[in-house]
Amino acid sequence: MALSNVLETPAAGFNFDNAARNAALEGLFERGQAPKPLKTGTTIAGVVFKDGVVLGADTRATSGEVVADKMCAKIHYIAPNIYCCGAGTAADTEKTTDLLSSNLTIFSLNSGRNPRVIMAVNILQDMLYRYHGKIGANLILGGVDCTGNHLYTVDPHGSVDEVPYLAMGSGDLAALGILENGFKLDLELEEAKELVRAAIHAGIMSDLGSGNNIDICVITRQGVDYIRPYQESEFKDNRKIKYRYRPGTTPVMTEKVVPLKLEVVQESVQQMDTA
Amino acid sequence: MLSSHAFGDPGKMKDYHYAGPVEQRFSPYAFNGGTVLAVAGEDFAIVASDTRLSEGYSIHSRDSPKCYKLTDTTVIGCSGFHGDCLTLTKIIDARLKMYKHSNNKMMTSGAIAAMLSTILYGRRFFPYYVYNIIGGLDEEGKGAVYSFDPVGSYQRDTYKAGGSASAMLQPLLDNQIGFKNMEGVQHVPLTQDKAVQLVKDVFISAAERDVYTGDALRVCVITKEGIKEQTVPLRKD
Repeated sequence: MALSNVLETPAAGFNFDNAARNAALEGLFERGQAPKPLKTGTTIAGVVFKDGVVLGADTRATSGEVVADKMCAKIHYIAPNIYCCGAGTAADTEKTTDLLSSNLTIFSLNSGRNPRVIMAVNILQDMLYRYHGKIGANLILGGVDCTGNHLYTVDPHGSVDEVPYLAMGSGDLAALGILENGFKLDLELEEAKELVRAAIHAGIMSDLGSGNNIDICVITRQGVDYIRPYQESEFKDNRKIKYRYRPGTTPVMTEKVVPLKLEVVQESVQQMDTA
Repeated sequence: MLSSHAFGDPGKMKDYHYAGPVEQRFSPYAFNGGTVLAVAGEDFAIVASDTRLSEGYSIHSRDSPKCYKLTDTTVIGCSGFHGDCLTLTKIIDARLKMYKHSNNKMMTSGAIAAMLSTILYGRRFFPYYVYNIIGGLDEEGKGAVYSFDPVGSYQRDTYKAGGSASAMLQPLLDNQIGFKNMEGVQHVPLTQDKAVQLVKDVFISAAERDVYTGDALRVCVITKEGIKEQTVPLRKD
């Protein structure tokens, strides 16, 4: 598949180059069970308000029943005025949005304009339809351009819908309940943020696949406010015993020290999540 | 949707066959989640379980503990399919009453364990989908833990975790209670307070990483004075 849709139009029709390979692969894994990809099991929501669009997402990524990542970022950058929330298979949402972002950057450089949301939607739709739903990406695209404030949903098979408010992922029904109750046209900024926060919170509490913190992204004509996290999880672990191991607890069998000659150019410290 | 089986050489389509009637299977089991844990000490035993009842990605109840009191010295923790857990505990209760009336004494922990093994094996070919752990005091007053598989294989342990987060908790208990994989550490015997605190901490960790574990933790401490219960909140998300 061509890397850039913008520089060259993709070949017409469907591409079945991989069909024979896929059939062989199915036989290779026992009973056709390919390795399971990491799914996000998510709650994502979006709302169009008076001055722009608010997108929200939880931060839990699950691999089956185990929480793989407690602070994963589900709101992806597409363009300075377009952001995208992704639910479904984690790798698919990441790579699809990366590809989309690259394509739109090339377009911006070529034409000297900010891309329109409908362009992002069309490129996504093309790509997802070409793969017939095999790319498991459920996306909420939100952005502000010269034609107004837009919120679109894109399904893995490539169907598209433009809507004023939206929720997707495994927690979508819980979030949609809150949105249906609280949504009005032309909300103010603070009301819209509170509505999205409440919707994601409902998804987090009711759905086992969603949890931890809430991220919010506000897109307006003036710019983007990506608040991560907008609300930290209210559940703090308060373990009483200190689980520390003395040096020497793990037996050292042999030791070999090789000094490296290094010159420190830059030092940066990043806190690890030790919960 | 066309399947890739329909293609032999690229470009040539094989004949598309009608696959015939497909049988839709009804599954008699459901997985309702939950984790149980039991620890045996010198003169006490602890049985703990979370209280979340779930199915798929939904929550049925946030307050459904999985520890059931059998006698004054024995508590059983059952997780797996909730329907089978309820029926199994009813059967055990009935058998306990029958024993009490015939033999004029309460069943001991070891006797209950042996009986449960027989009950479970009686359903060898349509098992109770339950992971059981019995915690209690034996005849000498020492703590005893018996762990089971769904068809009745059991053994006496010092500590055991069962249910959805068992694979996460068991290695942690092996390290903290069994002092495994550590060197140069003093093997201090487990006190009741340290054991209760360890159980609470270990469940906090389980709730962080297992989606089926959470909401609240019910801890039953069994001593010769009786059974004391405490409830501790866990993550609700």
